[in-house]
Amino acid sequence: MANFGTYQESCPSIKNILLLDSEGKRVAIKYYSDDWPTLNAKLAFEKSVFTKTQKTNARTEAEIAMLDNNIIVYKFVQDLHFFVTGGDDENELILSTVLQGFFDAVALLLRSNVDKREALENLDLILLCLDEIVDGGMVLETDAHVIAGKVASHSMDAGAPLSEQTISQALATAREHLTRSLLKAAGGFHVFAFHYGYRLFFAASRPTHTQQVIVCAGLWNSV
Amino acid sequence: MAQPYAKKDDDRDDEAEYSPFLGIEKGAVLQEARVFNDPQLDPRRCSQVITKLLYLLNQGETFTKVEATEVFFAVTKLFQSKDIGLRRMVYLIIKELSPSADEVIIVTSSLMKDMNSKTDMYRANAIRVLCRITDGTLLTQIERYLKQAIVDKNPVVASAALVSGIHLLQTNPEIVKRWSNEVQEAVQSRAALVQFHALALLHQIRQNDRLAVSKLVTSLTRGTVRSPLAQCLLIRYTSQVIRESGQNIQTGDRPFYDYLESCLRHKAEMVIFEAARAITNLSGVTSRELTPAITVLQLFLSSSKPVLRFAAVRTLNKVAMTHPMAVTNCNIDMESLISDQNRSIATLAITTLLKTGNESSVDRLMKQITNFMSDIADEFKIVVVEAIRSLCLKFPLKYRTLMNFLSNILREEGGFEYKKAIVDSIVILIRDIPDAKESGLFHLCEFIEDCEFTYLSSQILHFLGNEGPKTSDPSKYIRYIYNRVILENATVRANAVSTLAKFGAMVDSLKPRIFVLLRRCLFDSDDEVRDRATLYLNTLGGDGSVVETDKDVKNFLFGSLDVPLANLETSLKNYEPSEEPFDIDAVPKEVKSQPLAEKKAPGKKPAGLGAPPTGPTSTIDTYEKLLSSISEFSSFGQLFKSSVPVELTEAETEYAVNVVKHIYDGNVVFQFNCTNTIPEQLLENVTVIMDATEAEEFSEVTSKPLRSLPYDSAGQTFVVFEKPVGVPAVGKFSNMLKFIVKEVDPTTGEAEDDGVEDEYQLEDLEVVPADYILKVGVSNFRNAWESMGPDNERVDEYGLGVRESLAEAVNAVINILGLQPCEGTEVVPSNSRSHTCLLSGVFIGNVKVLVRLSFGIDGPKQVAMKLAVRSEDQAVSDAIHEIIASG
Repeated sequence: MANFGTYQESCPSIKNILLLDSEGKRVAIKYYSDDWPTLNAKLAFEKSVFTKTQKTNARTEAEIAMLDNNIIVYKFVQDLHFFVTGGDDENELILSTVLQGFFDAVALLLRSNVDKREALENLDLILLCLDEIVDGGMVLETDAHVIAGKVASHSMDAGAPLSEQTISQALATAREHLTRSLLKAAGGFHVFAFHYGYRLFFAASRPTHTQQVIVCAGLWNSV
Repeated sequence: MAQPYAKKDDDRDDEAEYSPFLGIEKGAVLQEARVFNDPQLDPRRCSQVITKLLYLLNQGETFTKVEATEVFFAVTKLFQSKDIGLRRMVYLIIKELSPSADEVIIVTSSLMKDMNSKTDMYRANAIRVLCRITDGTLLTQIERYLKQAIVDKNPVVASAALVSGIHLLQTNPEIVKRWSNEVQEAVQSRAALVQFHALALLHQIRQNDRLAVSKLVTSLTRGTVRSPLAQCLLIRYTSQVIRESGQNIQTGDRPFYDYLESCLRHKAEMVIFEAARAITNLSGVTSRELTPAITVLQLFLSSSKPVLRFAAVRTLNKVAMTHPMAVTNCNIDMESLISDQNRSIATLAITTLLKTGNESSVDRLMKQITNFMSDIADEFKIVVVEAIRSLCLKFPLKYRTLMNFLSNILREEGGFEYKKAIVDSIVILIRDIPDAKESGLFHLCEFIEDCEFTYLSSQILHFLGNEGPKTSDPSKYIRYIYNRVILENATVRANAVSTLAKFGAMVDSLKPRIFVLLRRCLFDSDDEVRDRATLYLNTLGGDGSVVETDKDVKNFLFGSLDVPLANLETSLKNYEPSEEPFDIDAVPKEVKSQPLAEKKAPGKKPAGLGAPPTGPTSTIDTYEKLLSSISEFSSFGQLFKSSVPVELTEAETEYAVNVVKHIYDGNVVFQFNCTNTIPEQLLENVTVIMDATEAEEFSEVTSKPLRSLPYDSAGQTFVVFEKPVGVPAVGKFSNMLKFIVKEVDPTTGEAEDDGVEDEYQLEDLEVVPADYILKVGVSNFRNAWESMGPDNERVDEYGLGVRESLAEAVNAVINILGLQPCEGTEVVPSNSRSHTCLLSGVFIGNVKVLVRLSFGIDGPKQVAMKLAVRSEDQAVSDAIHEIIASG
């Protein structure tokens, strides 16, 4: 499906995106190419990717490996392992942009509580997220905030009262703007957004510091 | 939003393994899916069930046709709900279920309604779902909406339509091609990703129209491209245009090179890298063009991001294969990468260094690698070993260091493939570097003392038997070999016995001692070992008398088997035990299967890291192997050139014949590859009668008929001509295929006993001057031209008459001369009035030739050409001119 002729004339294409747990079991996966036609081929690929990367430290920066003429970029957090695979002619940095988009979008959607349990409990969000990043091998969107925004707007309850809906919309926009400015200011800080009922505040913290620096950005009360 | 699914009756004791899908079962979930049919839909519950279904599919569970259909129909009911979240899940599950055509109809109207909804999210997703599941007929119905969507002001909707267009182009190109106006408009979109998707689709629609692609690139490289992804795409298209248009010689500038270079200063790393990679991939790239790209890649080498370092070092590694000098500037950064955490990066750095390093840096480099080897995986080690082998062949004086390194790693832990790579490397070094022989053999001997791989032990023992006796002190190896007889398994023991016998046969002074050892082997527990010992004792005259080993025995021991193993196998299978002993001379010696390279399927590329590109040499290698296996041809010397196969028959005729011309210094061998396409016939004694009346300088020496050619097989027959040594004699031959036909009964496949002689007219064959010229390129034509000097230069002008176009004239001349075009000058930019083409090659007798062709075309398509030739020999320069004058 994602085979558009040879490199240089072709669009960047993604062969698969994998989200595995700390034992190499599937949390969510999506294949876009026919390179692995059967379930067994897929599982074998996942196993070899997992064992090959297991011992590396891909927690601060995305790492990269080659396996059977494929390039795999990957990043780990807690007990979750994120992988993006492309052909060996693919621009490595495009693959890593896709990975980063997926990774950050998941972090936003799970409100920085990124672990296997949380991911499974919000599997619908993860699957929607995958659906918004790549379509049949073509990159759809790489900006984590836009991806998370699209997924979040879907999960909005239509039945919810109007006032609440506007608040959540405000939340989404505000969150996006604020995280951007915080990211710029704090460069590399992790940004969390919490939301309790109708109140929300943002916190930026650097995980290496025991002490958390909390920046209160705003406090809204219900109308 | 999505909350933990309430567990039914589990007493969740909050263990680490808790999962909301614990104990999930397909059957139960399918039962649950009945809620989709409830009159009062509960959106949340339905979403949860869909999630469970998706979870099952994601885990590799499959639904039967019936189950899938049932779920699908139930899901379609959910379009009644207005819940956005649920609708989104419905879209997802429909895509995953990939319904069949008759099922699609059920949801089409719902999806079409969503496509025209006011909610952007609905529109975008409905488009994607519908395009995924639709077929051609439906597509014409929704085409209008898709065209609208492409220019929709919401970027998400536009992107959805464009990406769907890209997928649909594969199946329904004629429909998607009608959208090009809308797509063109979308290329100008202000939304970054819309531009990216539109550009991708537009290019795919126009990819077969070179001019359109060129226009697209020209306009966009001047305009604004918003997203880095679109920029990367544009770089790829630009390099495609560059590849197809060639270089402008007058200014020495490449069109669009400036654009690529400006991309090196883009703010996105992705774009910088794409541009650098495009520059390094330009055909015939000059070092001046390379420099800026190498500089940015060098900066990447010290990045904190592994992905960036990997990308840079991998690209530099490729550059090092063709332009090692250009990469040397990065050596210091590269050396620091040897200790990189990421082993792929470290390995690539090392292999690059091994390619670019000079003789003086070898020792230092080897020290660093030694520390590194202990902590990488075998597959990386193999890459390093191969790189070291080629380094050693490049700097033979350094063999001591490199051989020591190989022997050290041979002693360490490692798997079979790794050890085999090391042993192979040592064997190759011993073969190619005479000085390395003694130490190399010694290392191998040490290795087999403690080798767990029977295959490797056997291989080394065999090699020792061939090489050991020729060394200055053969006796020192005996101890190692005999130790194998005492300590190893039967296979290795038998091999050791053979090796001992070879020493005995070759070194007379060792004979008595070898006999003693061989006699001890007579009491071995294994049959094969005893048999071999007995055989060798008898053939070598082990009855006590020390005699010169006679020639027959030597032949028997060392001569290679001159029949193909496959043939021997068939003959042995057909042999029925009788009074008559099996006669090895009766085994046919022709190689049955066609060993030509073209038969090889273009399989997967060689494994990633640092694998060298397979050049065109493989074809000539197979020819060389084939020819040298035929004893009659061995006296002709080195094979100069083999032509590409020339067809001598029309396609689809009874017999397909093509010919390959093999040029030697004083001979020409014609190899006719014949294929029999008639099932009812068996051809025997196939030859080609060549009439050389129009080729006066040639005289036939011999021919080698093909013994038999059954149906649907290919075989070769050869005809050999003699010609004046070193002279590029030309001529024309008319050919006749001659053979004996035997009818074959198609049912039994048995041939009748008596055949009829028959002939078959083949097309004429010419030996042309180009057959005496090897295509050998030079990387820097100007330097080569200057260094050749004007001493043997010949310049003349020719009129080529009326030609269709300049490009056609240039190609014609290149084909006549058979030289290698350099620096991409074979491509003529369209509409140009003049062109310069640079050619290089090697003339028979190993004379280098450089040619500079200047073409000009005037109004009525009259083409004139100025031909300047420089070579190492005046006569050769003249010969080139003669080719043109007579052509």
